[in-house]
Amino acid sequence: MRRLLVWMAVGVMLSALTPIALANGWNMPVGVTALSRDIYSLHMIIFWICVVIGVIVFGAMFYSLFRYRHSRGAKAATFHEHTSVEVIWTAIPLLILVAMAVPATATLKTMYDASEADLDVMVTGQQWRWRYDYLGEDVAFTSNLSTSREQISGTSEKGENYLLEVDEPLVLPVGQKVRLLLTSDDVIHSWWVPDLAVKQDAVPGFVNENWVRIDEPGIYRGQCAELCGRNHGFMPVVVEAVEPERFEEWMAKRKEAAQQEAMSADREWSLEELMARGEQTYGAVCAACHQPDGGGSPPAFPALAGNQALLEEPERHINVVIDGVAGSAMPAFRNTLSPVEIAAVVTYERNAWGNDAGDTVQPSEIAERLAAQGE
Amino acid sequence: MASHLPPKPTPQHSTTTAGGMAESGHARPRGLMRWLLTTNHKEIGTLYLLFSLTMFFIGGIFALVVRAELFQPGLQLVQPEFFNQMTTMHGLIMVFGAIMPAFVGLANWMVPLQIGAPDMALPRLNNFSFWLLPVAFLLLLSTLLMPGGGPNFGWTFYAPLSTTYAPPSTSFFILSLHLAGISSILGAINIIATILNLRAPGMRMMDMPLFVWTWLITAFLLIAVMPVLAGVITMMLMDINFGTSFFNAAGGGDPVLFQHLFWFFGHPEVYIMILPAFGIVSAIIPTFSRKRLFGYASMVYATAAIAILSFMVWAHHMFIVGLPLVAELFFMYTTMLIAVPTGVKVFNWVATMFRGSISFEPPMLFALAFVVQFTVGGFSGLMLAIAPADFQYHDTYFVVAHFHYVLVPGALFAILAGAYYWLPKWTGHYPSVRLSQWHFWLSVIGVNLTFFPMHFSGLAGMPRRIPDYALQFADFNLVSSLGGFLFGASQLLFVLVIIKCVRGGEKAPAKAWEGAEDLEWSVPSPAPLHTFETPPTFQPREH
Amino acid sequence: MSRRDDQATGRAGVRRTVTRTLVVLAGMFAFAFALVPLYDVFCDLTGLNGKTSARAQPLVEQEVDASRMVTVQFITRGSQGLPWHLEVNTRQIRLHPGQREEVFFTFRNNGDATTLARAVPSVSPSAASLHLRKLTCFCFQEQQLAAGETLKAPLVFQLTRDLPADIKTVTLVYTLYPVQSAQAEVARRESITEGDSA
Repeated sequence: MRRLLVWMAVGVMLSALTPIALANGWNMPVGVTALSRDIYSLHMIIFWICVVIGVIVFGAMFYSLFRYRHSRGAKAATFHEHTSVEVIWTAIPLLILVAMAVPATATLKTMYDASEADLDVMVTGQQWRWRYDYLGEDVAFTSNLSTSREQISGTSEKGENYLLEVDEPLVLPVGQKVRLLLTSDDVIHSWWVPDLAVKQDAVPGFVNENWVRIDEPGIYRGQCAELCGRNHGFMPVVVEAVEPERFEEWMAKRKEAAQQEAMSADREWSLEELMARGEQTYGAVCAACHQPDGGGSPPAFPALAGNQALLEEPERHINVVIDGVAGSAMPAFRNTLSPVEIAAVVTYERNAWGNDAGDTVQPSEIAERLAAQGE
Repeated sequence: MASHLPPKPTPQHSTTTAGGMAESGHARPRGLMRWLLTTNHKEIGTLYLLFSLTMFFIGGIFALVVRAELFQPGLQLVQPEFFNQMTTMHGLIMVFGAIMPAFVGLANWMVPLQIGAPDMALPRLNNFSFWLLPVAFLLLLSTLLMPGGGPNFGWTFYAPLSTTYAPPSTSFFILSLHLAGISSILGAINIIATILNLRAPGMRMMDMPLFVWTWLITAFLLIAVMPVLAGVITMMLMDINFGTSFFNAAGGGDPVLFQHLFWFFGHPEVYIMILPAFGIVSAIIPTFSRKRLFGYASMVYATAAIAILSFMVWAHHMFIVGLPLVAELFFMYTTMLIAVPTGVKVFNWVATMFRGSISFEPPMLFALAFVVQFTVGGFSGLMLAIAPADFQYHDTYFVVAHFHYVLVPGALFAILAGAYYWLPKWTGHYPSVRLSQWHFWLSVIGVNLTFFPMHFSGLAGMPRRIPDYALQFADFNLVSSLGGFLFGASQLLFVLVIIKCVRGGEKAPAKAWEGAEDLEWSVPSPAPLHTFETPPTFQPREH
Repeated sequence: MSRRDDQATGRAGVRRTVTRTLVVLAGMFAFAFALVPLYDVFCDLTGLNGKTSARAQPLVEQEVDASRMVTVQFITRGSQGLPWHLEVNTRQIRLHPGQREEVFFTFRNNGDATTLARAVPSVSPSAASLHLRKLTCFCFQEQQLAAGETLKAPLVFQLTRDLPADIKTVTLVYTLYPVQSAQAEVARRESITEGDSA
């Protein structure tokens, strides 16, 4: 009996150590929403239930292993069943589970109530970036990994937010209920930010919803959680939560910038200008698949460098960028890139890495074409 | 106990060799042909076990490629395309090539011996179902060399990543899975037919050893769900090659339907990989506690309850796919219920040890480690059942930790325990105690170093199936990788143990372990090629 | 019982067992395929996945529930590889449950060939799809448009009064997908895997 007590004491001491471990990024984050805190407490309750059951079961087991050793001359008893004990240890876990199911059910019901949101954002997964549409606001953009290839390949120092940084984060107001509508353009992705306790699959052709009300301003980072192909590990989610006033400012600025971008499509661009802008866009959007040197990785991602079809058929080239290719990873960029960016990236692809089309595609052409198409 | 009669070869078995015993008449095939054509349950059992061991090392090498890449942040050794093929192939090979065939091999060897049958009910079918496996897995491995590479969509091959967006080799992947599936189905039919019809006179169902019981239930699960897997991969094949749209939203299909179908197969499948392990451990713990298994009947009922529940919990793999609230609640409750029969099993094992007379031979060491570590995996399973919390756990390393705890220190340790337990019966020699202990302790340390930190990296936010990760996960991954290499290397000791044990070692008597009670211990060690040609008379123990 | 008898009954038993398991096997294989239509039935009954009925449903004659308003949002999405544009004349409307409403969608083929496309609907929250009745919808069939052609098509629908009180916003999303014949599909996949296109 004394041994049993000693072992139980060891168990208690070990479990006392866990809070220390938990404080050091070893545990689920508590997060910054009411729901994330609820989920965290559910997680800790079930964890401690498991710890207690574990201490009792393993305690009894190790006690038996020490106490009833053959080498100590233990003689085996002959009992091999005991109905009331068996009933008890079936019934008690059942009761614990019922007790656990009650708070879990309540939390789940809250999670499923996305009604009366202040803001709707459509989140679209694409191989391998996220696209955010602020519904009713005419603001939409894609959010691409901004960690450099040099950091990934190890030729330069890895930054603090290695693989968890994007060119343009999703900006959300704090204190407001934001409804997220999730879908995908190609395969299944999953949008996840641990601090917000939101993880939801983005399924092509279907729309899921979830919601979030962030309590504290800050930058919250997460990743795609569903295997979605080659760059699944390079598809971060970054949410920047700001005060509602700052959110309004940001929204106004975003719209203004979009307008300026649209206006700049009217003037004539030189080859050099387009190449410079195109290289930038190519690096952010295209290089993940088609590679920085345009070599692609066939068969999934065709090479662009030295691609005769591309050089000979500029029309088709533009169409592929605007409309994408069905059933492949090539998305339609008509809504996510501006006319300037489309013109620049097409020009770049036609004149970089030894491609020598020599022609330029003017932003105004693209803008006209998109306008005629009703975009 | 049963009386043992020396085996008498009969004309019925003349197509098989009789391992050194005189047999007149037919010329026996020798060498390779002997193994190719054998219909003897022990030889086929050996083939299954050797195949499984080979696949275990191949799948293990793939796992080590993954762990080597994850040793530190950044891409060092492999590119993401190949990384995805490695994770996928590791999963497929370990599930369908290592764990399942190992259990079938143990069933081939031990089920006839434990029920007093002369052989499996359908010996020629038995040969066929084994030889399908090498064909299936050679085909699967060959996809790695095809243009575009092998399967790269995870062992769960969710559509449309595995259909519209899959590499060209996917049709071959489907074919190989069909072959492996047919092999499993045929094996299951054989096991059911053997257990139901060939038991020794006097042996009732409730007298069967638990390994036989758990395998009977497992075989029924296989019969029920392998056709569903066959159906779902056939639909994939049609979507890929014939323009149907089962899983393609563009054509009116639904990618989520794939997941429902897959997990309707997949959840019973994970129990297929654990129920026979329960059977093995339920044989070993009483033997080395020198005390009868506590609660035999409740063990049988608990196994059956787990099997039935396994058909009602599949969508707990899909909590974040966008199920309606009612479905989330239903699958959360049923999943939590599984803890009850599983708990009963663990409690029964502990009660068996309580007031026993316990010794720590190698099989017992592995069985004890199984109980503890499987229970740890059970705890994380219970946590995963809580649907709201699963929104955080889902598709993270926490899940990876969970199912590896159930499958490696769980199912695999039970297989190793079974191998150590029955090696004296197979070879006539005890495995080297010292080497076995080294193997055991290095495995325990390696496996926990590998998988325990994964709980933490998952909770801290590391998703599954990524070739590169953020810096805060670096320490956990470093430990996991070191542990992985330690675990992998220590399995070479197991090969050494087997080789030494086949070649020699301390001679084992018929009843190799003092506390062992089942029928297999009534035949000589090593078990002759033909046993129980005349059925033994079975004396049930009074209840 | 002699050994021979024993074996004979054993063999008959094996045959019986094998026959039965084969029947179960065939049944389960068929069941897997039966699950596909069953799943659709299940979706219709529960609103799982926000699938809407693929056929026109009649209007339910009922008093309009003037006591509450529901916001209905319309979202149109294109998809890659299809040079079509889909637009709706209003982004969102407010209505009373029970009310019959009509909105117009405009399809336009910007490509240089006649193509087929289908608008695949999805409703969020999925529970609302049980109470959404479409009287007329372009999504019931494929659309065919010549190069440059425009088509204006109505969606006539009703949200029935039994819409749960906690649903205050219903979002209807239509995603345009290209429709191809099976042969064209296979040819396209082959051309992609050969990697010869830009």
